[in-house]
Amino acid sequence: MTPQATSAQEAATRNAVEVQMTGLSRRYGQVVALDGLDLTLQPGELVALLGPSGCGKTTTLRLLAGLEDADAGQITVAGRDITHVPASRRDMGMVFQAYSLFPHMTVRQNVAFGLRLRRAVAAVRDRRAVEMLELVGLSEQADRYPHQLSGGQQQRVALARALAIEPQVLLLDEPLSALDAKVRAQLRDEIRRIQLEVGITTLFVTHDQEEALAIADRVGVMRDGRLEQLASPTDVYSRPATAFVAEFVGLSNRLAGTVSGGVVTVRGCDLPLMDRSTPDGPAMALVRPEAVTLASGYPADSGPLTGTVIASTFLGATSRVTVDLGDTTILAQLATADATAHPAGSRVTLAIRPDPVLVAVDGATSAGEGA
Amino acid sequence: MAALAPVGEVVREPAARRAAGVSARRRRRLNAFRYLVFTVFGLFFALPLLAMARFSLEGAKLGTWSLTAWSQIASYQGTQAVGIPPLISSIEITLELALITCTVIVLLLVPTMIWIRLRVRWLSRTFEFLCLLPLTIPAIVLVVGLGPIYNRIQRISLSSLMLFWVYVILALPYAYRALAAGLGGLDVTTLAEAARSLGARWLTVIVRVIVPNMWQAILNALLLTSALVLGEFTIAYLLLYNNLQVELYSISRNTPNAGVLFATSTAALAFAFALLLILSYVGRRRRRSRG
Repeated sequence: MTPQATSAQEAATRNAVEVQMTGLSRRYGQVVALDGLDLTLQPGELVALLGPSGCGKTTTLRLLAGLEDADAGQITVAGRDITHVPASRRDMGMVFQAYSLFPHMTVRQNVAFGLRLRRAVAAVRDRRAVEMLELVGLSEQADRYPHQLSGGQQQRVALARALAIEPQVLLLDEPLSALDAKVRAQLRDEIRRIQLEVGITTLFVTHDQEEALAIADRVGVMRDGRLEQLASPTDVYSRPATAFVAEFVGLSNRLAGTVSGGVVTVRGCDLPLMDRSTPDGPAMALVRPEAVTLASGYPADSGPLTGTVIASTFLGATSRVTVDLGDTTILAQLATADATAHPAGSRVTLAIRPDPVLVAVDGATSAGEGA
Repeated sequence: MAALAPVGEVVREPAARRAAGVSARRRRRLNAFRYLVFTVFGLFFALPLLAMARFSLEGAKLGTWSLTAWSQIASYQGTQAVGIPPLISSIEITLELALITCTVIVLLLVPTMIWIRLRVRWLSRTFEFLCLLPLTIPAIVLVVGLGPIYNRIQRISLSSLMLFWVYVILALPYAYRALAAGLGGLDVTTLAEAARSLGARWLTVIVRVIVPNMWQAILNALLLTSALVLGEFTIAYLLLYNNLQVELYSISRNTPNAGVLFATSTAALAFAFALLLILSYVGRRRRRSRG
């Protein structure tokens, strides 16, 4: 069962809601942070917004949370227009990038704070706080103060606090970026587990592509206040809609070639195009490093894909090898055993697997824009 | 052959032992320096105070001890023959003034500063400038400027409590600095946004989330404001009001015993010190209770 299917199933049992943002715009002086964004989150779905700094992903989340006002556009949650509803009445749980626990309250008081504002009786508050702390695995820390917890624990409490009020939507604003790599990976999986368990519609903002691809049902890649692509992690990676997405998500080699009849010829290799209607002529093919392999047999003395290894980066099971082809360099992601057999200075002949590729023409792309 | 170490004991390498020895020596030297500085400065401040206290207890003959000066302060009636001694009523007025000034300062500054930090950040420089302005104005200039205003105030009330208007202005820079330091240590924006997302209105954000995290800063502001009010003489004297300091001055001028002058000064200092000690003790207890 796919994560999306699991999520949808949970959603059905827990009345998850649909979130719709239509034509959202936001300017800060002359800077356009959001430019007519259209985005729909299906009930129970986790959508990750990914993009470079200043692309508008956090602005989108803050507009949805009600922490900022949109200049134009509309936000509906479960069909109800909440565009002008203040943040305190939007019924959304939020986890922030900075540690946001209230320092003067214990963990238990932090988690129960939202319920207290909703005038829940003490017994209900306590029971719910304990439930939420059990959900995030911190029930034993209930009587500690935030400064007695690690960063990862604080973010888990923040998550418990956000979920305690049973919000309609969960908003996660780079909640893992202040944590070290190992804790980040653990907490990322935990967030996903909890989100599926609770079945809540979730918007997750991050600049870390690995995080977005690992956790989301769908990934939205943003640039200059617009969505470049909104698709499943697999599609975003293997079928990027634009050159920007191809280069932002994962690595791409930009190799000069010639388009002719739906095929681009790059250094003697014919590669099929994702968009076969691309006009003929010179273009830049965007080739993933994992599509570059070692050619079988001994390396040729010369040829368009023969070159010298100049660097090798160990990544675990695979290694990323940089090969100087004379007029350009190319990245190849090889099995570590192959990479070790060809240390820096070795001559190698490469081959390019004929996967469908995108081509960029003067920075644009042959594929259509948008999601 | 390597020496055997008992379980749980770490065998130190010679280099590590040397480094630990050097660090222990440095720590000892640093501690000795600290004690020396503390002692020198302690004596610098304490000796004149002790001398003053000793002089206030000087008897009629040199080298003898007497409580005459102290009893003269307590029983001093001034121009009035009966009733509450003026010293007692001036203590009462000064305490009331401190209370009113502290209340006004906290009610005025705390919400304003939080609001500026949260909603109108661009105003913070101007607000800081306005709050620090009284530091640059000498008391005498302030009195000249406030003279006409106090003429009008005195038509409504002659109470010395009206001094609180000017004391609020005088205390602004100190209270502002203490509160700004407290606010600076908090991520006010994130805390407020977190509270808002949980359903808190602005008033709840300020009262239940921000203020409890700046108690220490508020106590510091109160401490400084109280210290200022308890020790203020110039403005009260020039505006013809009677507070503790003015009364002590008046007692010391109107008695032939020089010891009274020193007894009143010691009493004033002890009074202020005791109050400040109580305030800082309250603050410390709060900190401890938070663990």
